[in-house]
Amino acid sequence: MANVSITVNGKLRTADVEPRLLLVHFLREQLNLTGTHVGCDTSQCGACTVLVDGRSAKSCTIFAVQADGSEVTTIEGLAAGDGQLHPLQDGFWEEHGLQCGYCTPGMIMSAVDLLNNNPSPSEREIREGLDGNFCRCTGYQHIVNAVQHAANKG
Amino acid sequence: MIPSAFEYERATSVDDALAKLAATGATGKFIAGGHSLVPLMKFRLNEPTTLIDIARIPGLAGVRDVDGAIEVGAGTVHHDVATSSLLRQQCPVVAETAGTIGDPQVRNRGTLGGSLAHADPAADYPAVMLAVDAEIHLRSSRGPRVVPASDFFQDLFTVDLAPDEIITAVRFAPVRAAAYAKLYQRASRFAIVGVAAALDVADGVIRSARVGLTGAVSHAVRLTAVEEALAGRQPTSEVVAEAAQLAGSDLEDVAGDIHASETYRRAMVPVFAKRALDGALARLPQR
Repeated sequence: MANVSITVNGKLRTADVEPRLLLVHFLREQLNLTGTHVGCDTSQCGACTVLVDGRSAKSCTIFAVQADGSEVTTIEGLAAGDGQLHPLQDGFWEEHGLQCGYCTPGMIMSAVDLLNNNPSPSEREIREGLDGNFCRCTGYQHIVNAVQHAANKG
Repeated sequence: MIPSAFEYERATSVDDALAKLAATGATGKFIAGGHSLVPLMKFRLNEPTTLIDIARIPGLAGVRDVDGAIEVGAGTVHHDVATSSLLRQQCPVVAETAGTIGDPQVRNRGTLGGSLAHADPAADYPAVMLAVDAEIHLRSSRGPRVVPASDFFQDLFTVDLAPDEIITAVRFAPVRAAAYAKLYQRASRFAIVGVAAALDVADGVIRSARVGLTGAVSHAVRLTAVEEALAGRQPTSEVVAEAAQLAGSDLEDVAGDIHASETYRRAMVPVFAKRALDGALARLPQR
């Protein structure tokens, strides 16, 4: 076992974990943060995307021990906590950026990284920024609209 | 998918990493971003007894100028290569190639050294390392070793890297007149065919050209027939179009898979060689 200390959504979480425990399972099963989804489990679909030290990352392809000492932000950590949605969550709500919702947390976390690097992306830049996230329902157009909505409000 | 159990250690320096690896008796592996290794471990295609985490070794990441050459630390993630202002200004082909790897999340974690050590036959970096004639800098307890990129890639997932060695950096002379052209595998973003081309032009004549190919055969190779056809010629689109026709004609064992048949790959090698060479031409100073 290995001891890890990871700041998740602003709160320091300490645990003894097997080194082979994936970050996504640490989040979902040990911290009960089930907003981060497991999709393909092969680093392609992006459903498990979280921010590690401010950068988007696929938590199915990171061992929790690698994130020791890091700051992790999940979908649960985005809203301010006063009932106010994060601008991207609001954008997905307003622009109908989801149907089944499975990909949505990962889409939003990727979009957070995108807008951090590029607050006013073009449509093409949004599509490139979401290259690592698959959606099997929407055909992506409303997701792009949702990110534009958030960018315009930011 | 759950990998086999392993021990985990974090290295604080390159020497510490080498010592920790030696202590595993060659059953351990280094991990940096883990974006080649972790998927293999999840499929249990690779079952190291110990992972030695080199991601936070000071100085192993970063892009720097070393006496006019550019050195990229092996631990540099693709995103930081893609956005390096030094590379964008002096050797944009390397930054642009990094920007085509995978997707943003993969580029935030995957590292140059990891990609080179893994040597996936469809990885992007090997082609551009050949085109810029990079030196691969290695270390072991026996000391440092430098291998030219043209000798480094040997076969499928096989490179000139001993079990007790670590890649510390790559170094190359910056070249502006260079470009990378890639036929994407649409889902994974690996290269079905990728060609990196660099031109050395003086007094209106191509003194030499270096053209690296990835994706088509077991490991990245230089397209020497194209390079020879360009040497001594004028840098025009007609000349590169003619030379690009030779690309891949002498290759044996071109890959065929569900993404592209051998015939299709063979047809695409000259197409993307021409695009890479045109891209390099476009970067020559206007006369």
